[in-house]
Amino acid sequence: MADTTASANAPGKKSNVSIGKMLLEGRAFFALIAIIAIFSFLSDNYFSLNNFLIMSNHVAIFGLLAIGMLLVILNGGIDLSVGSVLGLSGVFAGWLMQGVELESMGVILYPPVWAVVILTLTLGAFVGLINGILISRFNVPAFVATLGSLYVARGAALLMTNGLTYNNLGGKAELGNTGFDWLGFNRIANVPVGVIILAIVAVLTGLVLTRTAFGRWLYSSGGNERAAELSGVPTARVKITVYVLSGICASIAGLVLSSQLTSAGPTAGTTYELTAIAAVVIGGAALTGGRGGILGTMLGAFVIGFLSDGLVIIGVSSYWQTVFTGAVIVLAVLLNSIQYGGAKRR
Amino acid sequence: MQAPIHNEAPHAKPESQVVLAARDVTKSFGAVRALKGVNFDVHRGQVTTLFGENGAGKSTLMKILSGVQKPSTGTIILDGEPVELDSTTDAQERGICIIHQELSLAPNMTVRDNIFMGREIRGKFGVDFAEEERQTRKLLEELEEDIDPLAKVEDLRLGQQQIVEIARALSVDARILIMDEPTSALSASEVEVLFKVIHDLKARGVSIVYISHHLEEALTITDHAVVLRDGNMTAYAPRSEIDLEWIVFNMVGENFDLGSPPQGYEFGAPALSIENLCVPSHTGVGLAVDHMDLEVKAGEIVCIYGLMGAGRTELMECAAGRLKNTEGSVKLHGHDISGLSIADRINAGLVLVPEDRQRDGLVQTMTVGKNLSLSSIGNFTKGLFTNHKAEDQIIEESIRDVTVKTDGPHAAIGSLSGGNQQKVVIGKMLVTDPTVIMLDEPSRGIDIGAKAEVFKLLAERAKQGLAVVYTTSEVTECLSIAHRIIVMRRGQISAEFSHDTTKEAIMAASGESLVA
Repeated sequence: MADTTASANAPGKKSNVSIGKMLLEGRAFFALIAIIAIFSFLSDNYFSLNNFLIMSNHVAIFGLLAIGMLLVILNGGIDLSVGSVLGLSGVFAGWLMQGVELESMGVILYPPVWAVVILTLTLGAFVGLINGILISRFNVPAFVATLGSLYVARGAALLMTNGLTYNNLGGKAELGNTGFDWLGFNRIANVPVGVIILAIVAVLTGLVLTRTAFGRWLYSSGGNERAAELSGVPTARVKITVYVLSGICASIAGLVLSSQLTSAGPTAGTTYELTAIAAVVIGGAALTGGRGGILGTMLGAFVIGFLSDGLVIIGVSSYWQTVFTGAVIVLAVLLNSIQYGGAKRR
Repeated sequence: MQAPIHNEAPHAKPESQVVLAARDVTKSFGAVRALKGVNFDVHRGQVTTLFGENGAGKSTLMKILSGVQKPSTGTIILDGEPVELDSTTDAQERGICIIHQELSLAPNMTVRDNIFMGREIRGKFGVDFAEEERQTRKLLEELEEDIDPLAKVEDLRLGQQQIVEIARALSVDARILIMDEPTSALSASEVEVLFKVIHDLKARGVSIVYISHHLEEALTITDHAVVLRDGNMTAYAPRSEIDLEWIVFNMVGENFDLGSPPQGYEFGAPALSIENLCVPSHTGVGLAVDHMDLEVKAGEIVCIYGLMGAGRTELMECAAGRLKNTEGSVKLHGHDISGLSIADRINAGLVLVPEDRQRDGLVQTMTVGKNLSLSSIGNFTKGLFTNHKAEDQIIEESIRDVTVKTDGPHAAIGSLSGGNQQKVVIGKMLVTDPTVIMLDEPSRGIDIGAKAEVFKLLAERAKQGLAVVYTTSEVTECLSIAHRIIVMRRGQISAEFSHDTTKEAIMAASGESLVA
């Protein structure tokens, strides 16, 4: 193992940014700059603060999913259920906003928005908990366990609405449950709330990854679970926690999306899990676990979001968007394996 | 060719007799120099044995000869012509075949499929399974092994699996057969079968390169001996000129001092008490640790010696909380710690340095520093967040304490040599301030200088009251810092010695020299 590029994985050590790390995370950064430069050249409407904020609001959805996905991938797992959990969360929130009828008592409860948010996040956490327990306690492969919850959550969402969409999530003032659209429409200091939420979650995750014991446990159990366990890391607990956190992130994304749309459809978020994985991978994380960081993942989410929105703005067919996104993903993974390939000789 | 020509010096032989030769072969892995210039010849129809301790470079040399790895410098000469072996397939086509120490069989497939893996016999309709089966049966008959060609490999005993591996090598008509520790998993009768086969092969003109830890066993079969030490070839001679002592002398060198038991203090109270412990074997049949008792006092150093499969690893992994025991108890300072998790046991002061550094000891994706601090994150976490300053201090102290040679805490763990990696694993555990440390084969794959440093470090800690238990499969390491030597055999203690015993007594108790 002659090269020492493996020192790239000193995530968040701001005091000593190694060249390897700059290359790793710089890659996605340069791609983003290139995308912005190219589309600004092709379209006059692209390069404006307002457009960036609108695009960022779109990125927020993928970005939130990608943060949860990053945690899972750092652990060496995968969470395919996030798209479905996003959809289920939106529908669940919509269902709560329409009023919950308690037949035995003959009343209809209209929970306030804060309660809707908490209950929805709890639902996301619950799905994550089931994923985590299946994977950690019963040794179901992560791919299969979360594939199962992908179907179950989507099916549950369809059952709840009978395939229809909840509209009118605005609430009524006399019922005291207004304010749901605040998440998707309002702006604080001209910045959309969705973007602010993404920023908060990203900063919190960054802190957790670089400054807490849990973060270190996560990197070590993703890098070598046996060694981590023998070093006293509670690897089972770490594993369950990352799936719970991923579920919560998906629920947040579901709330933001349904608020942006002021409606909750049971098919929302279909295939978003793949976009989230793509963002994490473009951001330089290794699917084998242990390598990656929040900055890279955010850049990866922005690369995908700014690329597809840019293609829309210059009027390229949405079919081409799919082709471009795919090409970017493959290119990113190719670069990842070139980078990490040197460290794996044996 | 008739085989036993023991009495000629290798350089006196006509050149045509040498089928394979290594000239000034070196090999480096990053900072680690596994081979430092090796020269030797392999003679047609004879057995050449490589002797050397763990980490001496035997396996690396074998991988080079069989095309798995390429030498950094130097040449391999086959039939008088320099060759470059690009791959194992390339080597196989030239008639060089290797049987690895770790079995490389597909357990989910049948014996027949394994033997013809990658070179299936084509029939009119796909693979000619009947012909494959016939040839497999013939091969196994030659080996005098009653194995069904259609049995799945995973259903065979380990010894039988080894025989299948040998059969596979024979099936490609190898001219030069490299056997890396072929007998390590075989029973005595299976070893006899193998040696008979080796004699037959020699008579057919097949040359054999043989590696074994069982020195006496290897001496009964070999025609030439090559001894390696720390990547250097220290000796090369025909069988007639050598004996066991000669080999040991050349393997170990001028009695390199691995230290002596620290003296001048009293042991404390019993730190680790293992009582009537039973651990099931990982195959599910029988017990790996069979009703065993062991007590280690504070400040005492105990060495556990035994052959592969004697149950040393299982004993330690059970005490550390990785494996569950079916009977008996593990007590730490008089408190029963059954039911505690690995993390709880580390907090209570009982730590394990695992046998396999790469697999169980290190997180390759993290830096030297983060590996060192992994077990003691709690020590530098205040409230919710870790304190980088406190962590850096712990790491720097630890690097100095266990004398890790590194570019700094941010260097990649893979950039360190084996010995320094081992010190990181030990250092990681010492940072937690343990009262009992168990080390499973702490000297595996590290050079003799690093070994001495590791033992010195442990001796110093023992003086301060640390209870130390380490295992080894090198007799010389038993007679170093240990106050007491326990020999394990089939999950039980077969003998116990004080530090003034002899190598021969220890080896006899382990069952090592009983192999015919």
